[in-house]
Amino acid sequence: MADQGVEYRICPLNQLPEGGGVLAVAGEVEVGVFRVRGRVHAYENRCRHQGGPVCTGEILGRYEQVLNPDGTVIGERFNPDQLRIACPWHGWEYDLETGRCTADPGYRLRRFPVEVRDGDVFIRV
Amino acid sequence: MATRAEPRQATVISDRSFSFLANARKEAEQRGLFDVPIVDCDCHVYETTATREIARYIENPAVRRPFERYSEAMIMHAMMPGNLGDRNVAGRIKTDLDAHLPTGKYNGVHPIASGLLHSMDQMAIDYAILFPTPMLTLGTHPQPEVEVELARAYNRWLIEQVLVASPRIRTLAYLPLSDPDASVAFVEEFADRPGVLGFMVTAVRYQPIHQNRFMKVFAALNEGGLPLAFHSGPNWSDRPFEQLNRFISAHALGFPFYAMVQLTNVVINGLPERFPRIRFIFMEAGQAWVPFLIARLDNEYRQRSSEAPLLKRLPSDYIRQMFFTTQPFEHLRSAEHTRTVLEMMDGRHSLLYSSDYPHQDFDLPSQIWDLPFLTGDEKRDILGGNAMRLFGLPAPARTPSSQ
Ligand code: FES
Repeated sequence: MADQGVEYRICPLNQLPEGGGVLAVAGEVEVGVFRVRGRVHAYENRCRHQGGPVCTGEILGRYEQVLNPDGTVIGERFNPDQLRIACPWHGWEYDLETGRCTADPGYRLRRFPVEVRDGDVFIRV
Repeated sequence: MATRAEPRQATVISDRSFSFLANARKEAEQRGLFDVPIVDCDCHVYETTATREIARYIENPAVRRPFERYSEAMIMHAMMPGNLGDRNVAGRIKTDLDAHLPTGKYNGVHPIASGLLHSMDQMAIDYAILFPTPMLTLGTHPQPEVEVELARAYNRWLIEQVLVASPRIRTLAYLPLSDPDASVAFVEEFADRPGVLGFMVTAVRYQPIHQNRFMKVFAALNEGGLPLAFHSGPNWSDRPFEQLNRFISAHALGFPFYAMVQLTNVVINGLPERFPRIRFIFMEAGQAWVPFLIARLDNEYRQRSSEAPLLKRLPSDYIRQMFFTTQPFEHLRSAEHTRTVLEMMDGRHSLLYSSDYPHQDFDLPSQIWDLPFLTGDEKRDILGGNAMRLFGLPAPARTPSSQ
């Protein structure tokens, strides 16, 4: 991890639920810390739309439509392998592994470096 | 060798619970918006949470009885025209209205007013102009007397129980246009009540407003030089929208559709020529439809002006004298394109900031403040100056919470 900023201990890794996370107040900054497929990601709790508390939102698999080769719709389903977080203010969705807005990937959540040491999760802000 | 600094311990909130509008306050503080007069020209109350209170103001006992006896859910089901559609995208969007009401700050005022004042303080809003929520469908109620009775009771309740809490809370009183005589009586009863700045008609309705029977209503408004707003909405069950399979589609098209129908009738039938003192406002349909309608009506008028014989100018000349609330503010992919939309509708003078809070597509004042092509004065006009001039509002007293 780049040795810049202030390091904060969040919690033991085993207290971060897979496919979920916690909200942490690290100094002046609110950060969402999430565990997805074994990796930990940390984002500022500030939506790129209007600054909403994005990291407090619902985490859901990507909602996708399944088509037949002829273009007809078979049905719709949640894809648990592509987790998204939805900002509770207006519903902008972000890929939980990249922080990119799924509808308009030019928007991306501010990301913080994460390190797991001795079973604990640390971020640097 | 440098020693690694000891890590600090972050405060951890395991359930990710939150104060719904705390970030709104941060956004406002970062921009210095507590020093800018801001008038929110469209925010909402969920009046069905106060059905027992409103029932006391309903005169007709047949209409009153269900409101005295039924639950809120039953009233929504049995008494209000339907308004189909999942606003909150299967729970992704939260409308956590009551969880963080202030404790003690607004003692002694109606809970709806205290919740509203709290949200205004978080968003740096000085004045809020309040509208109902479920009642915005009442213009389609098959019994005109129900619209009249409920509208009268709602107006009286709002003025006496909610607006009384603070001069920061105002309204455009509900006008039940289904009944023109009753509407005239409403203008007489409510125009001078404290907190009333003008009148509002729900745009989703099917009475052609240009018919002679409505002229007495416009004449009453004109005599007082009163603002008249058409508050738009969607109606997914309406025939043109039946072929749309998603709420996103019905919502995106519905608001501008009903606004365009009402505005077209106002202009083509020469209502601004007949009643030049009425200030027309079109609410909650965004902006992009306005240049579209200007283009359509001007073009057609050049070909068929004999079908609009009262007009003395192009339709766009009348439209550019009207007012439009900003929410939902539509950011085009290029800021230059957004600037063009605003220029075409004379946005500096015609736009009135609105939040639509607490509805699911609410806008913070930052939506206007951050527009890169506006000058500081233009931002101040749209956020508050235009509304303060239109409604004759005094400069706001800075609230303790904003200092
Ligand atoms: S602020 Fe997050 S969706 Fe609008």
